[in-house]
Amino acid sequence: MSKWTVSPSPHMLSSNSTSNIMFDVIVALFPALLVGIYVFGPRALIVTLVCVAACMLSEFVIRKLMKRDNTLGDFSAIVTGILLAFNLPPQIPLWVAALGSVFAIVVVKQLFGGIGQNFANPAITARIFLFVSFSTYMTTWTVPFGYQHMADAVASATPLVDIASANTLDLFLGNVSGCIGEVSAAALLLGGIYLSIRRVINPLVPLTFIGTVFVFTWVLGENPVNHIFAGGLMLGAIFMATDYSTTPATLRGKLIFAFGCGVITTLIRVFGSYPEGVSFAILLMNLITPLIDRCTQTKPFGAGGKQHV
Amino acid sequence: MAIIKSRKCLAGAHVAHHKNTTEKETKQLPLSKKVTIPLLQHMGAPCEPLVKKGDHVCTGQKIGDNSAFFSVPVHASCSGVVEDIVSFTNIVGATCKAVVLAVDEEQQQAPVSRPVIETREQFLDAVRESGLVGLGGAGFPAHVKFGYRDIDKVDTLVVNAAECEPYITADYRTCIEARQDIVDGVRAICKFLNLSRVFIGIEDNKAFAMEVLDEAFSPEDHVTVVSLPSVYPQGAEKSIIYATTGITVPRGKLPADCGVIVSNVSSVAHLGRYLKTGMPLIEKRITVDGDAVSDPQNLMVRIGTPVRDILTYCHVSEDDCGKVLMGGPMMGSALADIDAPIVKNNNAVTCFLEKSSLLPKTTACIRCSKCIGVCPMRLMPAKLEKAYDKRDAEQLERLCVDLCINCGCCSFVCPAKRHLAQKNQLAKAFLKELKSKEDKKA
Ligand code: SF4
Ligand code: SF4
Repeated sequence: MSKWTVSPSPHMLSSNSTSNIMFDVIVALFPALLVGIYVFGPRALIVTLVCVAACMLSEFVIRKLMKRDNTLGDFSAIVTGILLAFNLPPQIPLWVAALGSVFAIVVVKQLFGGIGQNFANPAITARIFLFVSFSTYMTTWTVPFGYQHMADAVASATPLVDIASANTLDLFLGNVSGCIGEVSAAALLLGGIYLSIRRVINPLVPLTFIGTVFVFTWVLGENPVNHIFAGGLMLGAIFMATDYSTTPATLRGKLIFAFGCGVITTLIRVFGSYPEGVSFAILLMNLITPLIDRCTQTKPFGAGGKQHV
Repeated sequence: MAIIKSRKCLAGAHVAHHKNTTEKETKQLPLSKKVTIPLLQHMGAPCEPLVKKGDHVCTGQKIGDNSAFFSVPVHASCSGVVEDIVSFTNIVGATCKAVVLAVDEEQQQAPVSRPVIETREQFLDAVRESGLVGLGGAGFPAHVKFGYRDIDKVDTLVVNAAECEPYITADYRTCIEARQDIVDGVRAICKFLNLSRVFIGIEDNKAFAMEVLDEAFSPEDHVTVVSLPSVYPQGAEKSIIYATTGITVPRGKLPADCGVIVSNVSSVAHLGRYLKTGMPLIEKRITVDGDAVSDPQNLMVRIGTPVRDILTYCHVSEDDCGKVLMGGPMMGSALADIDAPIVKNNNAVTCFLEKSSLLPKTTACIRCSKCIGVCPMRLMPAKLEKAYDKRDAEQLERLCVDLCINCGCCSFVCPAKRHLAQKNQLAKAFLKELKSKEDKKA
């Protein structure tokens, strides 16, 4: 044995790592979390903590049971936990939140092989699972700042139900009822800008998604500004339609994905029976991602055919 | 005469430059007591020794040759006595003979003289006799490249001075210290191969070298210095052709098929000097750097010098050092034995501390597509890896694994620290093996 380390090139690696990327996502989610807590009170924080804890615990246990290595260190379970909490109304019973978390990690993520292998977005799929199973809990909304007047759990429709009359500035800043992380478009945009600067996401993806919704709702005679600021669009476009595992690999594929999400979201919002369509749109596009991937492979340099990336 | 900016170029990774030695003038490394000169320092047939044990040889004397076309003679880099002729395994695992010289005090020079050249044939002979191989890459025989069958269809020379590998500044120092040799080399190549335009590609972090070369040429030379973005690997052959001329070299074709010949700037400089002096390739300019080197240097080193002597001269402590590379950190090869000799196509010795030698743990691919974004050949390394893991030959072919230039960008950016570049090398070997099996059957 020689004392010299012999390994294949390259011998110098970037500082990129999975945990750094996930940490950046957590940082980017923070402004929206703060606004959520501000608008809905400590309950929002408690729900988020329960989701994160349940995600981490279930990831730890299921990896143990499957005799695989512990992956808590990549922080992806924390991201899933926060994202799921962001998709829940603040008054959700904590056991329902925990159940959703276990479903997201165990069924959607780990049974398909863990990080990078799942085909559907865990947080979104869990949201839909809860929506279908516990629709009352999932549609009981809290008035903003209700907690300050001891008026928790007062039902108030989300702005999506009556989108034309909603106040645009309230939507932008978060002075509306809705899910914990969805209320403030401004805070989510801040996170999106951070992720773009850190090169974790390509800003063209959320821009395409949001732009498509804007144009189509406008064409259909809706209020496009309110549409893009309301509901889960910002959260979905910035944080879920940019998920690595469940969206196409090449930029062309990603843009097709984002465009498809925009179209489906608009169709559901305008013509569907649910007021919100972002989750369904993303899940549907997740399902056809392998197909998009197959049609949008890169054309290797000099291998014939048109050149694009 | 002008310096122009390259308008379009291929992708790559933003790799830290670490060009610590740009201002370090080249110093002559004192002669070693013993040098080991391998008789295979090129792509092609190994040379047969022309000397035997006990012979006395002079500096510049030819000590190995082969009548095969695809071979390049080897010369004694010092004067001395042939101590032994041993069998030698080079860094890529090929075996050949090597001449071990006990270097003497007198340092007699062989009676070399300026070659007389009038025709293209004489020029190609001279290139071969000069011992020139592609100094920037895998050691492709220069006379074979220049002797391309349809050389009359070639009109462009691209001089590769990109030097995109981190740490290395040997080519940069060549531009500064041997500018006249470069000019003479370029003129000779253009004259005898009848080329009408020349592009010199240099990364834009070496502005001074661009100015120096731009000034050194006169307008009749039709030389354009092209400033390339400092994105690794702009010096890769297909990348630099694309960035300087806009030409795409198709899969499976040579640059010459597209009318272009690429030559490394050090190769051109050597040729220029050889045509004036007749002294063949006996020494190389080498950058010694890396985090284990406290006093990084540029050294002129005789071929065959053991790496150990270079480390000693540069005060590299063997105890702290964990990895020694022949070449730079992106494409260099790690040495198992630091008595390995410097050969013609080496341009750097990079030493890393123990702590920076170990590779981080590999984790699961998160499908971030960063590897796809940086690949200059527009391949999909994450997909290629999966195809190789399944030994799916058809998929590997379809994804064009043969185009991989092993630049290492994909492994460099991968957050999961996957060995993507290495997998592609393995995949290429796997396809080759498969093919030879099929050929045997047929
Ligand atoms: S696949 Fe090959 S050519 Fe592409 S980045 Fe990786 S090593 Fe370089
Ligand atoms: S860079 Fe690494 S983690 Fe990202 S897609 Fe490529 S192989 Fe997977």
